[in-house]
Amino acid sequence: MATQTIAAPASAGAPKERRKSPLAWAKQHVLLVVTFLVFVFMLLPNAVILWMSFNSPAGKFNYTWNKFSLDAWKNPCSNSTMCHSIGLSLEIGVVATIIATILGTMIAFAMVRHRFKARSGINALLFLPMAAPEVVMGATLAALFFNTIGPGGMGFWTITIAHVMFCISYVVVTVKSRLAGMDPTLERAAQDLYATPTQTFMKVTLPLVAPGIGAAALLAFAISIDDYIITVFTAGNSETFPMYIFGSVQRAYPAQIDVIGSLMLLGTMAVIAVSQVLNQMRAARKK
Amino acid sequence: MSSHDVLGRTEGGDLRLAGLTKRYGSFTAVDDLSLTIPQGSFFALLGASGCGKTTTLRMVSGLEDPTVGQIFLGEQEVTDLKPYRRPVNTVFQNYALFPHLDIFENVAFGLRRRGVKDVKKAVTDMLDLVELGHLAKRKPTQLSGGQQQRIALARALINQPQVLLLDEPLGALDLKLRRQMQIELKRIQTEVGLTFVHVTHDQEEAMTMADTIAVMNHGRIEQLGSPADLYENPTTTFVANFLGQSNLIPASVEGEKDGIVSVSAHGQQLKVDAKRCRSTSGKIILGVRPEKVQVATDRGEVPDGYNALVGGKVVDTSFIGVSTQYLVQMPSGEELSVFEQNTGRAIQRPGAEVVVYWDPSQGFGLEGSQDIEAGAEADEEAAA
Repeated sequence: MATQTIAAPASAGAPKERRKSPLAWAKQHVLLVVTFLVFVFMLLPNAVILWMSFNSPAGKFNYTWNKFSLDAWKNPCSNSTMCHSIGLSLEIGVVATIIATILGTMIAFAMVRHRFKARSGINALLFLPMAAPEVVMGATLAALFFNTIGPGGMGFWTITIAHVMFCISYVVVTVKSRLAGMDPTLERAAQDLYATPTQTFMKVTLPLVAPGIGAAALLAFAISIDDYIITVFTAGNSETFPMYIFGSVQRAYPAQIDVIGSLMLLGTMAVIAVSQVLNQMRAARKK
Repeated sequence: MSSHDVLGRTEGGDLRLAGLTKRYGSFTAVDDLSLTIPQGSFFALLGASGCGKTTTLRMVSGLEDPTVGQIFLGEQEVTDLKPYRRPVNTVFQNYALFPHLDIFENVAFGLRRRGVKDVKKAVTDMLDLVELGHLAKRKPTQLSGGQQQRIALARALINQPQVLLLDEPLGALDLKLRRQMQIELKRIQTEVGLTFVHVTHDQEEAMTMADTIAVMNHGRIEQLGSPADLYENPTTTFVANFLGQSNLIPASVEGEKDGIVSVSAHGQQLKVDAKRCRSTSGKIILGVRPEKVQVATDRGEVPDGYNALVGGKVVDTSFIGVSTQYLVQMPSGEELSVFEQNTGRAIQRPGAEVVVYWDPSQGFGLEGSQDIEAGAEADEEAAA
């Protein structure tokens, strides 16, 4: 653990012989203790969700511990409204991510590679969705869709359009920083080595920018899947997963919500763990 | 090695630049440059930063379009040819190896783009030429600077270009490695027999490797010739100061007889070979390299027929071991450098009154209207 090595010099300077009281030990390991507390603070809510997912609630609300049960895990979709909302959230997330990533990547290339008149204006516009209060954005979008396609047409596509709009900003920022950090001589070298402009892009530029594009897509997906405020204003009669949870706090809060929450958490951790292991295996093979 | 048909090109030929000019707005980076680089030669473009040497190189590679002028490779005009269509490859200053590809794929890049199917043997041979065959599976970041430099060279050479361009290729290496690579580059050039055009600000690097050097200044060629020619016979004060050091003394011509020009400087009579004079009338600048000058305590020690300047006073003495470097101040205030080889002669201490003398055949005469300091600053900047 990095924290231990950082704290080590402090203990090295202290007298060795004297028996230490717990307080003295804590004094010498302040960084370790603080780090531990921060981890507890951050992970405790997740632990509670995991724990509560094994509860069999006494009433409608899964807020207090009653008794252990695997029911919620066995039938995560016993409530079809909830699973439908998850499906909708995932669909919107995937579609919005694909569109925002493609458009955002192209905008990022234009902004980094070309100097044109509207450049600073576009920069400001791109920043707007990140800076403006979501409530205001949501309300304006609601007014826009209400007056153009009408309340009956609002649903999957209006939510997706809204998500694409704010996701683009994050994609542009992420891809731009990756592009700006790329050595321009690499593309010149590719051209010098007989690569046509298309080949240069496919063989050199794209592979080098790909990690940035991938990160941007993940970020866009994460932001889309958990957005509530703007979604509520643009959803019409549709209901996404965040909207379902928000509503269930008022109606009934089944243990299945905690199951889904736990699955998302475990899924994310599994992806990170697998990629770490793969990286280490790749590094080990090189040596 | 001069005929390759992979790109359907004809027998190689000389690289010829005709009236090449590059302007950026009102700034002229390269000014009406005309030059022929013979096939198979090692040619160096030498100059301080901003003299237009790199711009010239990039116009040859096609990465920069000339404002005016033409570029020929043998009989073929390549001025408007895209970089990926030119039989020219570059070794970039920062190597520009592709970080996402391993060493093998980096070297194979050019062949693959040209649709060569079986690259294994060519790449292996090329890696052997630069003695790095064992690193084929590594990524560029896992290599040292010197190794990356060789890979950059291999990646360009494997395409057997008609001209190989080297843009300050050794700039990022430390001194010891640079010396080693200079020898290595020269060996490889001799082995493959391609035309190398080498851009550098390092005069020593240019002198060690190149057959012909063009000294560039303000987008123009100041002088072109073999290293010895440039050093012994500079034609301008810029070349005299930029390439090594020179003692430059303002003088006026008194007369010429039997190919010897008599001049007077600081009220003393001096001689210079007329063949080594760019101007033989009026005001000229008399030059002599510090290592050709010697010091004596007495006028009588000076051999007959030698140029001698009396009344000098040693203001600084640096004993280097192989030589002793003196700074001698003349009565006029001018300071002359003297590098005297360690032959066991007595070392003159600061304050000593001395006569400086040299063989008249070793001096040179330059046009008198030039800035006597030209190139001295550029040289310091390049050395830094």
